[in-house]
Amino acid sequence: MKTGMRGFTRLVENNVGRLWMGLVYLFLYIPLFFLIIFSFNSTRQDGVFTGFSTRWYEALLADSRLVEGFFLSLKVALITGTLSVVLGSFAAFVLVRYLRFTGRTLFYGMVNAPLVMPEVIIGLSLLLLMVAVQRTLGWPDRGFITIVTGHTLLGMAYATVVIQSRLSEMDRTLEEAAMDLGCRPMQVFFLVTLPNIAPALVSAWLLTFTLSFDDVVISEFLSGPGVTTLPQVIFSYARRGVNPSIYAAATILITVVSLGIISYSIYVMRRQKRLDREISAAARPEQAFPDPVPAK
Amino acid sequence: MRFAPWSRFRPGRHVVIGVPYLWLLLFFVFPFLILLRISVTDMGNGVDPFAPLIEVSQGSWHVLLRYHNYASIFRDAGDGARGVLAGGWFNTIYMEAYITSVKYALLTTVFCLLIGYPFAYFIARARAGVRPALLMLVMLPFWTSFLLRVYAWKGILADQGVLNNLLLSLGVIQEPMVMLYTDVSMLVGMTYVYCPFMILPLYANLVKMDFRLLEAAHDLGASAWKAFWLVTVPLSKSGIVAGSMLVFIPSVGEFVIPSLLGGAENIMIGRVVWDEMFSSNNWPRASALAVVMILLILVPLAFYYRSSSDRDARGGH
Repeated sequence: MKTGMRGFTRLVENNVGRLWMGLVYLFLYIPLFFLIIFSFNSTRQDGVFTGFSTRWYEALLADSRLVEGFFLSLKVALITGTLSVVLGSFAAFVLVRYLRFTGRTLFYGMVNAPLVMPEVIIGLSLLLLMVAVQRTLGWPDRGFITIVTGHTLLGMAYATVVIQSRLSEMDRTLEEAAMDLGCRPMQVFFLVTLPNIAPALVSAWLLTFTLSFDDVVISEFLSGPGVTTLPQVIFSYARRGVNPSIYAAATILITVVSLGIISYSIYVMRRQKRLDREISAAARPEQAFPDPVPAK
Repeated sequence: MRFAPWSRFRPGRHVVIGVPYLWLLLFFVFPFLILLRISVTDMGNGVDPFAPLIEVSQGSWHVLLRYHNYASIFRDAGDGARGVLAGGWFNTIYMEAYITSVKYALLTTVFCLLIGYPFAYFIARARAGVRPALLMLVMLPFWTSFLLRVYAWKGILADQGVLNNLLLSLGVIQEPMVMLYTDVSMLVGMTYVYCPFMILPLYANLVKMDFRLLEAAHDLGASAWKAFWLVTVPLSKSGIVAGSMLVFIPSVGEFVIPSLLGGAENIMIGRVVWDEMFSSNNWPRASALAVVMILLILVPLAFYYRSSSDRDARGGH
């Protein structure tokens, strides 16, 4: 009887589970479907699909503010991603490898604090710093440099978390083996450590690139006259009302991101399978190291 | 040999520690000190947006510490009306904004938990082979623009929007519901944006759970419901706490969602800080508001660290 009840529970759980998961996925994807469908709408109307057209894509390309914003955001995100990964790697090394030095507690706090700090406060306090520096040194004006600094402050924190977890899982005996074989510290780093944490560096770069490319709040605080990132342009359009050009931009973004993520996960899965094969091949000693003298 | 020029270059630990340390001191700690300093000064006159902290007059130093920026948050100074009765404590637009922010953050956390917990549970119980794909489907919207997804809700929830049109044509409602610029759109938007932040830590926790414990509970006569509340929920407490923190903290300071989906009554503190800074040009008050906002976030954070260090002390996971 108990087994029967368990079977029944399992049945209910399975079906309720499927239904619940379906509903939540629907909730998560409704806005994406909406953006894609209505980017092809023939009129400005939001509630009714009046017919297929690509006029909003043409309008998007003709909108110089959106296009300029796109190139600025791209530049900011490329630099932010790279800077964040470099600084994040340093910070991750410090957290994983240097367990004792003066001020480690403060360092730990500082690395993690931007993750829980509201962006409004990061933006405001950096703005106050930039104004103070600008008054004393006459440089930098609010704009490109200040936005990159703000984004990198946040991006570094995220990059550190990603790289740190990979670095702490890394097998340190590999580095010891390299040193035993006569590698100098720099060679160990470039030939052993770096290839080992490379996937984490790529993920961290993609994550910080995305964060920067998408950020509104920090840019709103730190941008100056004439310097407007793509999200800032979208934000100002969005507050004014319906603008299907933005739906068109969104559709392009969704397509690029989905293709990127799908091909990246296929690549990761293939790589994992190949690794598994190699490890299991190596685990069979007679294949990996054939015995030169046949045993009797 | 290929690395010969590099091998002579040994940056050593000083550089590795020094570079991120200096970066964080300069761009995280120092700006915060400036924020604190400006929050305790008067507004400046003329060119300067804030008054100096130390004034030198006739060869002596005067420290001009001012607390009225903080006082004005909690107590309405009134227009000319002074005194406790006329002013009134905790009756300012700032207090209102703080209360609104905490209210929405709490409600968002509750909704995310209600939606995300069963969802994370079912993913954790799915076949191991499909779990990565299910998780990837949760993450995919997260990688596309947050701003654009919030903007989409504007079109969905509008009076003449997709949802109203759908319900009207199905005959569920007779006239359009007003959802945009109300509590409904605010909570839908915030729950939507922060749901993945609840699902991921909960999943990470639940997937490690030993489901044989549930079978043991069944064998000992517990109903499925009872087993869930007595076994699953207590075991996933750390996931619940972590997810709630990840939702609550950024929700309090949310700036974009109230601007796009909120109405005149849904003003949250992030917006107020912005307005004080750029519309009223009152830098000291904006700074004071930001400092109080940090304190507001430190309370749940301290609670979180205490509860997680308690767990570590007890040797749990």
